[in-house]
Amino acid sequence: MGTMLKIDNINVYYGAIHAIKGISLEVREGEIVTLIGANGAGKSTTLRTISGLLKPKTGKITFLGGNIAGRPAHEIVREGISQVPEGRRIFAEMTVLENLELGAFIRKDADGIRKDMEMVFRRFPRLEERKDQQAGTLSGGEQQMLAMGRALMSRPKLLLLDEPSMGLAPLLIREIFSIIEDINKTGTTILLVEQNANMALSIADRAYVLETGRITLSGDAGKLAASEDVRKAYLGG
Amino acid sequence: MELSQQLLQQLINGISLGSIYALIALGYTMIYGIIKLINFAHGDIYMVGAYVGFFAITQAQVSILPALLISMVVTGLLGMLVEKLAYKPLRHAPRISILITAIGVSFFLEYASMYFVSPTPRTFPEVIDNVAFHVGDLVINGQQLLILGITVVLMAILTYIVQKTKLGKAMRAASFDTETAQLMGVNADQVISFTFVIGSSLAAVAGVLVGVYYNSIDPLMGIMPGLKAFVAAVLGGIGILPGAVVGGLVLGVIEALVSGFISSTFRDAAAFAILILVLLFKPSGLFGKNTNEKV
Ligand SMILES: Nc1ncnc2c1ncn2[C@@H]1O[C@H](COP(=O)(O)OP(=O)(O)OP(=O)(O)O)[C@@H](O)[C@H]1O
Ligand SMILES: [Mg+2]
Repeated sequence: MGTMLKIDNINVYYGAIHAIKGISLEVREGEIVTLIGANGAGKSTTLRTISGLLKPKTGKITFLGGNIAGRPAHEIVREGISQVPEGRRIFAEMTVLENLELGAFIRKDADGIRKDMEMVFRRFPRLEERKDQQAGTLSGGEQQMLAMGRALMSRPKLLLLDEPSMGLAPLLIREIFSIIEDINKTGTTILLVEQNANMALSIADRAYVLETGRITLSGDAGKLAASEDVRKAYLGG
Repeated sequence: MELSQQLLQQLINGISLGSIYALIALGYTMIYGIIKLINFAHGDIYMVGAYVGFFAITQAQVSILPALLISMVVTGLLGMLVEKLAYKPLRHAPRISILITAIGVSFFLEYASMYFVSPTPRTFPEVIDNVAFHVGDLVINGQQLLILGITVVLMAILTYIVQKTKLGKAMRAASFDTETAQLMGVNADQVISFTFVIGSSLAAVAGVLVGVYYNSIDPLMGIMPGLKAFVAAVLGGIGILPGAVVGGLVLGVIEALVSGFISSTFRDAAAFAILILVLLFKPSGLFGKNTNEKV
């Protein structure tokens, strides 16, 4: 299948801190690709650079053939990339419905928006029950669902997920991951960042391992899950 | 006059004055909400608004409502320009730089106005008939009715924009979390510009109404009301729109009561005593949540 996203040797800095040191990676249409690594490895930095919140100092990011490196975030979402940020970052003081409406901010097709809202509610029935509630009063799991629903409202071609399992109970993590698989099956390509490498590798097609700003391993998710090095470093033996 | 009646009378005066503070405080609080800047030039924007209204009435010979509209548009654009030229280049600079810049803009507007329109106070023309309505022993005059009417209409429009329109939702989202709003496709620069336009045009209305109420305007007229409106915004909880309105009204009423029952010399002292009390006992303001955010 065709390449959707191609990152070519990017370097990202926070002031003098060199956070991403020449990363290259690729996401093909229809895939679930996961980026795993320890705290501070640079996973969020990579996602935030793709979505335009950070600008790479050097390197190229190509999405569906066009260069998007350095373009502002509010334009990149219009190209079809939507990010679920680390820690959810829902608009706590707005209602669930308003959060979802903001997810569709770039769209003008009222009918399509309504249909997608129904789709989100089918996927996350708990959001529908709470649609007029302030988003800040939702539980952690519900907030994660809202953040995902909000991201889907822009109808992304590529969905970037930053640690969706963070702070959730095991049962809820399972639920969230099966929803991610389902979103992928209905046609959305996914780049998933996780510390929970076990779960991430179990649903991904391919994986990259990030260590202090560099990619140290990459390949088929199943093979990586079986590899001795990865087991030792990330899967608890 | 009986005590209760005098109290009611001061309440009417206080609410009129408080409406003016509320209109200015809204701009403070909206701008703070979105870029975390105490815009010290906001009082001077209000002054410019008063002058634009003054010239619209005296030179262009329009009546009060068109004068208000002209002043809103011109002053709104000035607010936008100030943001683009003075604050936007400092978006990622330390907060103290932009605060000092705001003070610089304030002086610039004051002294540029003195240069262009002279420091001499101007007498604001009488734009509405000098009528007074008597309800029992209470007096409410035409200017007060005008202030109340216009304030209520503007608050209704503002509430509609902020709560119901797409732009209003983008504003609220960007105030809460600018980065995430950008991920939704919100152009933060546009939203910030728009916020300055709205805040400045509300201040312009306050400026014109003060001209109508007190009949006199001058290039330094923005300093005191600017500070008072800042107190009002802090009292209500900076960044919170209904807080700015309530804060403005409370401040106006307290000032009216102090000047009515004690002495008008203590009026300003009362306002700043409130600021100190709020900062001591509830720094997040009447409507604010008690967070430990460092400001
Ligand atoms: N705003 C910032 N300013 C300075 N340094 C930063 C900033 N954000 C991240 N860093 C640094 O960049 C590096 C990569 O951080 P990043 O947040 O991308 O890691 P991560 O892999 O997402 O970690 P985690 O799993 O904890 O979320 C870290 O060393 C971090 O300290
Ligand atoms: Mg991270």
